[in-house]
Amino acid sequence: MDVHTPHTLGEALRTKADLPEARFVQGGTDVLVELNFDRSRPPALINLNEVAELRGVHRDDGTLVLGSGLTYSLAMTGVVAEELPALAEASRTVGSPQIRNRGTIGGNLGTASPAGDALPPLLAEGAEVEIVSVRGERRLPLSEFLVGVKRNALEPDELIRAVRIRPSRAKQTFMKVGPRNAMVISVCSLALEVDRERGELRAAFGSAAPTVRLVTAPLGETEGFPALVAASASPIDDVRGTAAYRRHALEVLTRRALERCLA
Amino acid sequence: MKIELTVNGERREADVWGGESLLFALRDQLGLPGSKNACEQGECGSCSVLLDGELVCSCLVLAAQADGHEVVTVEGLGTPESLHRVQEAFVAAGAVQCGFCTPGLVMATVGLLEHTPSPTDDEIREALSGNLCRCTGYQKIFDAVRAAATP
Amino acid sequence: MTEVEVQTLAEARVEVGIATPAARPDAPPKVLGRFAYSSDLEAAGMLWGHTVRSPHAHARIVSIDITRAVTMPGVHAVLTHDDVPGRKTYGLEFADQPVLAVDRVRYYGEAVAVVAAEHPEQARRAAEAIVVGYEPLEPVVDPERALEQAPVHPERPTMGHGYRDDPRSNVLRSMVITHGDPDAEGDVTVRGYYETASQDQAFLGPESGIAIPDGEGGIDIHVATQWLHVDRDQVAPCLGLAPEQVRIHLAGVGGAFGGREDLSMQIHAGLLALHADRPVKMVYNREESFTGHVHRHPSRVWAEHRASRDGRLVCVHMKILLDGGAYASSSAAVISNAVSFALGPYRVDNARIDGTVVYTNNPPCGAMRGFGAVQTCFAAEAQMDRLAAELGIDPIELRLLNAIEPGDTLPTGQVMTGSLPVAEVIRAAAAIPIPEAEPLPRDPIRLPGGAGNTTRGEGVHRGVGFAVGFKNICFSEGFDDYCSARVQLHADGMAVVHCAAAEVGQGLGGVILQVARAELGTDDVVLETSTTATVGSAGSTSASRMTWMAAGAVRDACRAALEARAAQGGGDVDVERVYRHLPTWALDPETGQVTGERAHVALATCAMRVIVEVDVDLGLTRVVWIGAAQDVGRALNPQSVTGQIEGGTAQGIGLALMEEIQVRDGRIANASFTDYLLPTALDMPPVESVLIEDPQPDAPYGVKGVGEPPTVVSTAAVVAAMRDATGKPLRRAPVRPDEIVGLT
Repeated sequence: MDVHTPHTLGEALRTKADLPEARFVQGGTDVLVELNFDRSRPPALINLNEVAELRGVHRDDGTLVLGSGLTYSLAMTGVVAEELPALAEASRTVGSPQIRNRGTIGGNLGTASPAGDALPPLLAEGAEVEIVSVRGERRLPLSEFLVGVKRNALEPDELIRAVRIRPSRAKQTFMKVGPRNAMVISVCSLALEVDRERGELRAAFGSAAPTVRLVTAPLGETEGFPALVAASASPIDDVRGTAAYRRHALEVLTRRALERCLA
Repeated sequence: MKIELTVNGERREADVWGGESLLFALRDQLGLPGSKNACEQGECGSCSVLLDGELVCSCLVLAAQADGHEVVTVEGLGTPESLHRVQEAFVAAGAVQCGFCTPGLVMATVGLLEHTPSPTDDEIREALSGNLCRCTGYQKIFDAVRAAATP
Repeated sequence: MTEVEVQTLAEARVEVGIATPAARPDAPPKVLGRFAYSSDLEAAGMLWGHTVRSPHAHARIVSIDITRAVTMPGVHAVLTHDDVPGRKTYGLEFADQPVLAVDRVRYYGEAVAVVAAEHPEQARRAAEAIVVGYEPLEPVVDPERALEQAPVHPERPTMGHGYRDDPRSNVLRSMVITHGDPDAEGDVTVRGYYETASQDQAFLGPESGIAIPDGEGGIDIHVATQWLHVDRDQVAPCLGLAPEQVRIHLAGVGGAFGGREDLSMQIHAGLLALHADRPVKMVYNREESFTGHVHRHPSRVWAEHRASRDGRLVCVHMKILLDGGAYASSSAAVISNAVSFALGPYRVDNARIDGTVVYTNNPPCGAMRGFGAVQTCFAAEAQMDRLAAELGIDPIELRLLNAIEPGDTLPTGQVMTGSLPVAEVIRAAAAIPIPEAEPLPRDPIRLPGGAGNTTRGEGVHRGVGFAVGFKNICFSEGFDDYCSARVQLHADGMAVVHCAAAEVGQGLGGVILQVARAELGTDDVVLETSTTATVGSAGSTSASRMTWMAAGAVRDACRAALEARAAQGGGDVDVERVYRHLPTWALDPETGQVTGERAHVALATCAMRVIVEVDVDLGLTRVVWIGAAQDVGRALNPQSVTGQIEGGTAQGIGLALMEEIQVRDGRIANASFTDYLLPTALDMPPVESVLIEDPQPDAPYGVKGVGEPPTVVSTAAVVAAMRDATGKPLRRAPVRPDEIVGLT
């Protein structure tokens, strides 16, 4: 198995165009597990650790651009913590300190698991995914990028460069239910925003449907919102929890999140 | 493929298979079995090392990703004649039973105290939340971290 | 012969005297990362072994095609049952388990073939190339239904061993204890049904070791294990070798908790090494580890407690059903323990206890810390709390009222002698001051749900629970339980101790040095690596017996060595002694009554108070604080003893809240640390321990085992606290959030 280590974005894209079956590796928190347990044997790996263009956070006018290589540890601090507090809260719940130092927002997007902790806050903020290849560049709303369970809209030669968000400045929170107090894959998760400017309630939940889902309602309809969110889920029974519990938990989380964000 | 990296202050070379983790390279090519292989999926922290000063699970880092970088493992901390103060604290506090989690916990503690020399109890517990121990119930590990911290 | 890196437990110099604990000699190498665990070993020219395992819980093997595998790069050996030169089966109590499956597989993960190759990746690819033709069969997966289904072992390998003859299908062992008048009535009756799930020992060090042919037809096996000689006595017959030709050496053990009492890779690595004439190393990954060792028996318990108005237990009935899985392991002993201690440490004059362990096609079960007493304590203590509520008596008062004491008779007819301070332990645990509830607001990690940020106090209820449990120390029912130790005194003053006892992390090395130094009056003592090559059996590091037995053997060998040296007027001395505890007798198969003075040589008890906070709307629990009092005989090393209490409690918290091997149609659905959850640093509360030292009269220095009692009682105590917080009956461990929020 060859490992290619490009030093520029262009090099990374050319390599992927030449080797569409190769897998990108950034933080490694998903890909290495598959390699270690013999679940995946791609013909080649493309190591993105040395591609500086994928790191960091910058502003493009009023838009925050988070490089796909932004780690959870960094997402708990600085401008992300100030302007995207639900994302910062979600980052704190990911894995462990070791995982947070390596795992990236881009990785969460690439893996496209409904349990990805960064995804509900990003969806609630109406994030856009910036995708590049040798053929050019395109942007997709996150809701269109996430296609199904662990399926995203990337073409074989494409790479996620960044996530773009116009911070809503709405009062927001993130909550995640797990069977113990640390290092859990969520049984269900919720990012909720009370956006007084747009007059809207927004709730994005994870682990209760094939993809992360967004539910919205007018600002005045807080009373029925918890039931609406629970009813919008399509949860299943699995080793981590039951469908009935997930629906129940979502309703409780939504109620509590509303209390926090309306206060 | 050949990789070159700095391990515990020394330039080292290894010939690795592309899909190999840094953990495997350390243990089986570089003669450093101190980092442990309890789960190989980032759920236990027994493989924890410092990569460019940051605490990571070496089972989740490709050996190839460590090429050109700096790694510190538990073997780089103290010697039999002179234990690192964190290592001494673990011994004195009774925080070592089977010891399989110990290298990872020692590294996590070193990482914590470097960023936060006088951590609160909550900071200690959260910093160690990625390291599983099956023997001790963690109490004496916390005692060890408190003893090693700056008062 | 090739070099193996093996760490000798080195000496450390400390003050002598039995009262002074010795520094653990293994701690410095462990913190330095220099301690050689079984997965760290290497030998020049070694190959890597890999196991092919069954994906079916029950199937006939129609064909095994290795033709492609043997031609693959780097492959030196591909072996099946045909290549087992000696006995085809092995097992701890009954040799009912094939080394490699012959004509059928009986559990998901059963070993079918093994491969050795130059690089582990080559071994994995070759294993993949082995084509096994299976004809899936209906698996027996429910222990109650098993009694009426086709037998997993039609030849009934466990019957006719002096056990009760039980004609029901799939019975591995059944026992009945009839004590006093089982029809005696009380004023109040409480009935309940309880379940506990299968738990994994989840020791962090994977199953691993290295087998090295000695060039003369024999083999040296370096492995992490709990009992070297019983390993040897299973390995040798299967390899077709005499016992002296197989030497088992203890490699560093990364935890055990019962999961290393059965063989894992020992025979497989030996087979490959002898076949390839090269050293062979095998390391299981975590996923494989879940099928690579036995688990705690899941249990179903039906209980009926009858008491008088004033709170005295009049009569107790308990029916216990354990799922033993596909092979016997130590199930016969586990059910015996379960029935012996089923009622709890209480005086009960009338009882009927019915215990059955069955074969199924579920993953095999065997020893795990607590060994049957955990499951029954969960049920018995829940019943006591319900009785207390029914009678309007304080739950701790009820326990004190009925607490057993020396001179009382157990339901097995054994009169309690020796040390068993149940009432003192209950009072001591109850006297530990409880911390005040912490005010809000708090950081989320100090609330149920932890870092998940799920509550700021909404829905959080506090609960307090109390429980007491007990079990035997050392092996029982007539087992010839002994430990050997050998002491060499050199003319230059150095002493060398040989003991094949397994240090699994508990600090045994330190205890042996402590005893040897005190007895010999010198700190110039070296403890050699445990091996079958230089000394007789030490017995198992299990049943909380090893400190007692090794202390006895080492003490006796030291005294004999000094006597021998005095008798010969100085010079070199080399003596070996075997220590035995007082004898035990079997239980009568029909009445469950002991056939001699005692079935168990000693008992130990532990009581615990637990405070929890439960978010009752989400069903999430935070254990806030635990206060424990334990009957320890004599604490040779108090720091190690509290370490055992804290660690044993953590495992009980795991079973109460989050640990369950989820089996669906015989297949393990959560074989990883992602979905088999162990308590983390954020899940464990502070534990305040009180050690009650009431010396065991016939034990060396008065010691008693300490490893298991905290695990026996902690699950019961935690769930009791959760019942107090939620008002829910919570009859199953681990408790699922669904139950707390009222969905089930």
